[in-house]
Amino acid sequence: MVFQYPMITIQACLDGILLGVLFALIAYGMALQWGVMNIINIAQGDLVILGGYIAYFMYLFGIHPAWGVIVSPFIMYFVGIGIYKLVINKVVDRDLFISILATFGISILFMQLMNFAFGADVVLANSGYGTTFLFDSNVVLPNSKIFSAFISILFAICLVIYMKKSKLGRAIRATAQNARAAKILGVDTEKVYAATFGINAALCGVAGALISITFTIHPYMGLPYTIRSFMIVIVAGLGNLPGVAMSGMGLGVFEEFADYILGTEFRIGSVFLLLVLILVYRRFKLSRKREYLK
Amino acid sequence: MKINKIILSFISAVAILLSTSVVSLAKVVGDKIVLGAAISLTGKYSSNGVHTQNGYNMAVDRINSMGGVKVGGKTYKFEIIYYDDESNPKRAAQLAERLISQDGVEFMLGPYSSGLTKAIAPVTEKYGVPMVEANGASRSLFTKGYKYLFAVLAPANLYLDVAIRTAVELNGGKGVRIAQAFEQDAFSQDVRLGILDAAKETGSEIIIDDKLPKELNDMAATLVKVKQMKPDVLVVSGHTKGALTAIRQIAEMKVDVPMLAMTHCDAAKLSKQHGKNSQYALCASQWHKTLTYKDNFFKDGMTYAADFQKEFGYDPPYQSAESSAALLVFKDAFERANSFDQKKVRDALAATNMQTFYGNIKFAPGGQNVDKPMVLFQVMCDGAGKCENKVVAPLKWASAKLIHPIPKWSNR
Repeated sequence: MVFQYPMITIQACLDGILLGVLFALIAYGMALQWGVMNIINIAQGDLVILGGYIAYFMYLFGIHPAWGVIVSPFIMYFVGIGIYKLVINKVVDRDLFISILATFGISILFMQLMNFAFGADVVLANSGYGTTFLFDSNVVLPNSKIFSAFISILFAICLVIYMKKSKLGRAIRATAQNARAAKILGVDTEKVYAATFGINAALCGVAGALISITFTIHPYMGLPYTIRSFMIVIVAGLGNLPGVAMSGMGLGVFEEFADYILGTEFRIGSVFLLLVLILVYRRFKLSRKREYLK
Repeated sequence: MKINKIILSFISAVAILLSTSVVSLAKVVGDKIVLGAAISLTGKYSSNGVHTQNGYNMAVDRINSMGGVKVGGKTYKFEIIYYDDESNPKRAAQLAERLISQDGVEFMLGPYSSGLTKAIAPVTEKYGVPMVEANGASRSLFTKGYKYLFAVLAPANLYLDVAIRTAVELNGGKGVRIAQAFEQDAFSQDVRLGILDAAKETGSEIIIDDKLPKELNDMAATLVKVKQMKPDVLVVSGHTKGALTAIRQIAEMKVDVPMLAMTHCDAAKLSKQHGKNSQYALCASQWHKTLTYKDNFFKDGMTYAADFQKEFGYDPPYQSAESSAALLVFKDAFERANSFDQKKVRDALAATNMQTFYGNIKFAPGGQNVDKPMVLFQVMCDGAGKCENKVVAPLKWASAKLIHPIPKWSNR
């Protein structure tokens, strides 16, 4: 199939890259709080979906869902801080297993709450962005996908600059390198942790808003996003934004090709399989050695 | 700390009390016939679970207010015990056990979805409890030789059968080229089997046969293939997310296909969520309010829809209509059996032959309803962008003419 119709290869690559950039954004949030707090957030995907619902409700009230990429991170930042104050600050110094259990619990809670509050219907927000045709209209790219890739890159760049230049960014990096030393030097690590979790949730909010524009959202659709970002981080390492971006796009392209060659039913299955292979390969190297954020 | 513990133990005590304080009820208490049902009130099926429950409740109220059920010269009223199965098959099976052995329920109504019905059917069968179900269409439910299971709906393999046959007919009786994408769940795979049968009989060829994952929200790959291979018919079944995803991406990628047939369009509120983009999609449905079947309780589809709208504030999807019909079947069977003996009621159910507002009901030995065809409707929009579902097949019930082939995106 892929060889029979060469256009499909181009289509798959472009689709994969656009999708991968979006994954990379979620993964970067995960890498950030993993690096700083040593917490693997299983509820990552559920935060994404919650962000999507914010954009969806704006859409229902007649506001263009693209504004969701501004409103949603704003709200999600406070949701993130709330979660931190309620749960995460109690597990932040414990071992990885406890934090996984805690965030797993948050994930289940969020799924049920979203189901309760928003219903089990699959919903989406229409952007009305139209389509771009390439190569004599053999390759089609929905503008909504291009839009979401563009916004993802924009947010990633802003975040990198913020981490490099701002005071809080410096504090976050210091805490990631050595929390105790940072504390001695006067960094309020508690505040840094809260802000980190908030920023992570805000990134999820952006991604969620973009997903509601490009795909569909549903209270139980969070887990695949958690798995994908987990995998991207495992591959790329914690403090490595270009690596996260590259492995995000790689995963996107891999998924698209798995879809064409093995069939759509193996799309998410192939991601899981790849995850297992990579984990075996790396032998949990990352979870033992805490790396710092560059 | 101590106070916390006290509060915690208090809460658990209350919880235990609440969960056990349901007094064991026999099937018929005083003038009440108690039916049991496990319904998905939470979890991923909760919206359709609520449609099901509303359908049941509507029929119970109607039958009770119009004289109830007459058995042995006495009048009885229906009552339903509901439990929430959390959209979880294991939980549903446990609840069925509980309803039967703890609450003493002797007649059951079905849950929502084929998967949950499959989980409950072995339990009701084991205890010899007649179950009339309205939301499990999977073919495998009717091939296991269950004696106490009756379904008022047409089996899943017939859902899109009509679409293929219509396409062949429009093609001058020659076979068509079919592209299909189905979610990997019991229901959609049965729909797929139905298409395979129809394709074989009509000499049609299946050129794309994709399976979709449960976490489906992107089917661009399938659509790219469709774009390249240009089939005559595209068939998609993946519950509401399949329908929504398909329409979104077909519109975004401007995929031209002469016929697009799907399931779950009305549950997905296609015309509302997608507006004009959903135009011309063909949808399989168990029921539509414009059908002209009649009965004494709800009169006809239009009246049912109006009454339902008044009571619950929304237009009834077919899931509600078929659920209401299940109660009408039970009432009819009780009266004909003139007894509450489970065997006699079962035999009466098996001999059912009646018309309801929802359609004719007559059970095959396997328990499926063989007297009610599926209908196909097409989403049609007017100039102002207001979209409506209009029945186009079978011809007997059609309220509009099928638009075929679907105009190309470049001409819309």
